[in-house]
Amino acid sequence: MAKLKTAFLGKNRNCHLCLGLVIIAYIVIEVLMYTGSLKSLFINLLVPVTSYIIVALALNLVVGISGELSLGHAGFMSIGAFTGVIVSNVMATMISNDILRLVISIIVGAIVAAFFGFLISIPVLKLQGDYLAIVTLAFGQIIKSLINNTFLGFDSNGFHFSFITNTVTLGTGGKMLINGPIGATATDRISTFTVGVILLIITILIIFHFINSKYGRSVMATRDDRIAAQSVGINVVKTKTIAFVLSAGIAGAAGVLYGLNFSTLVPARFDFNQSILILVYVVLGGLGNMFGTIISTFILVLLPELLRFLADYRMLIYAIVLIVIMIVTNNPTINQFIKKIFRRKKAEGELNND
Amino acid sequence: MTNGRLILKTENLGIEFGGLTAVKDFDIEMKANQIYGLIGPNGAGKTTIFNLLTKVYEPTHGSIYLNGKDITKESIVSVNQLGIARTFQNIRLFKDLTVLDNVKVGMHHSVRYNLLDSILKLPKYRNEEKAVREKAMSLLRLFDLEQFADVKASNLPYGKQRKLEIARALGTNPKLLLLDEPAAGMNPAETAELMETIKTVREKFSLAILLIEHDMKFVMGICERITVLNFGQVLATGTPDEIRNNPEVIAAYLGSDEE
Ligand SMILES: Nc1ncnc2c1ncn2[C@@H]1O[C@H](COP(=O)(O)OP(=O)(O)O)[C@@H](O)[C@H]1O
Ligand SMILES: [Mg+2]
Repeated sequence: MAKLKTAFLGKNRNCHLCLGLVIIAYIVIEVLMYTGSLKSLFINLLVPVTSYIIVALALNLVVGISGELSLGHAGFMSIGAFTGVIVSNVMATMISNDILRLVISIIVGAIVAAFFGFLISIPVLKLQGDYLAIVTLAFGQIIKSLINNTFLGFDSNGFHFSFITNTVTLGTGGKMLINGPIGATATDRISTFTVGVILLIITILIIFHFINSKYGRSVMATRDDRIAAQSVGINVVKTKTIAFVLSAGIAGAAGVLYGLNFSTLVPARFDFNQSILILVYVVLGGLGNMFGTIISTFILVLLPELLRFLADYRMLIYAIVLIVIMIVTNNPTINQFIKKIFRRKKAEGELNND
Repeated sequence: MTNGRLILKTENLGIEFGGLTAVKDFDIEMKANQIYGLIGPNGAGKTTIFNLLTKVYEPTHGSIYLNGKDITKESIVSVNQLGIARTFQNIRLFKDLTVLDNVKVGMHHSVRYNLLDSILKLPKYRNEEKAVREKAMSLLRLFDLEQFADVKASNLPYGKQRKLEIARALGTNPKLLLLDEPAAGMNPAETAELMETIKTVREKFSLAILLIEHDMKFVMGICERITVLNFGQVLATGTPDEIRNNPEVIAAYLGSDEE
């Protein structure tokens, strides 16, 4: 038992804490759903909240681990979401199994988003300073505008595409995949909470395995001291690129999960505000702190919805909660206190082991 | 102890910052396996020379040869890969990484697995990680730091941080090690211990060491050859005895510096 405890908490403590949290939360929610004690409002939020946790973890990889600021992660979500809509629609007649279709859509969406992440990082990560923040900000806006002006349909003759003005005419049985500012409509809602949680678990594993590898160490070393990292032979551009592309891919996967959860999806859903909100989840959860990110995203996505009954006071309470979280997570005395409790528990645990 | 081969040679090396000439016509010839001292008053340009040799700064004049190969146009990263490693006067550790991870980062050139191996935790990843961990631990042992392996680097006391920086540099498997004031902030006992460690390191890793140090007992006791720098230019080069008895050096540096 003692061995099990050290094996569980030991070197990968943070990873295991995150996995434990997610699995326990999943079981609790499933049980509550089974017993019918969850409101439908909450149930409808389960997939979006999972998507946001995944994209926030991805962003923390860039902001917390790599030390670069990205203001365009909603853009990668958007690419993933609309890629997912296209893939899922095109395969609708070929693959009847929804789960399989969802999984393939997620994989394709992740790859396409990662590719865009790679394109951005080529010019930007060579530069030092806040260029990434500026370029990702622009990227998010550009993606939104591009999709806003994209008209893409699909029928038995294949794809039909037009830009800015809608000139797409479809044969019988054809379907509009992206309809300009209206976005995607009549999408099969194939995303499920269970697949979302599995994707979240995979994300946690990928991120922690990355952090605990030479890639993660290199990227953190570069964050801590760029010159020193170079002086021990680290190729800092390559290292940062890998982290960014991985993050973009995960954000894309989260986007697919999100996009295939709604029958309609407008491109404006993934705007600048969305990117900033995701950043808020990350900052409040703690830079580089994946466990904190999961909790802060969960609370902050649900809160505005759960506070609806407060009507006009809703955003006031939301702001107060934001401030309280900020104080709690950044207050050294409170941090010390939490650490002390934790250390005492750990010490007790070690005593018990003997 | 030293053989005839030159590990490092510079010709007319120099750099200007705006109008200020920080280093001018710096020539050095270092033999493989030699311990070589670079001394001079504050602001003489010693650290700047390290920054030139490791390409943190781009020289405005002259050339640098490592093992006979012109490395003047290489990058910071490739200079390290070609065999020069260094420490920094104002310690530059990876402060949020553990002591062990700081050393591992220096060893990444020899860690052979790809991204997929690590994300899927394939056997290759596990084996290579185990190997790099063992190698890093043995380096930490050499510097008496193994019991601090899991401590965050920024939480180490000052003297131990200096030692960790040397360990990290050694992990890159250099042929030439540059140490910028390695004994700064150490007490006499620590300094004496460091002298022994540096000698051991030279034998064990068969490398050449170029060091900047103000502690004259340290420099005279360990270096086989010394260059004195003043106002960015070489004042004298010679054995410790020659330097000690050089009237110019005494006038410019030793005389005023030793109480
Ligand atoms: N990046 C820089 N920009 C401008 N001046 C510099 C720079 N680096 C060093 N110098 C100047 O070069 C001179 C030598 O400094 P340094 O090499 O640090 O001396 P030390 O011998 O004490 O190590 C000093 O006058 C310093 O101000
Ligand atoms: Mg100096």
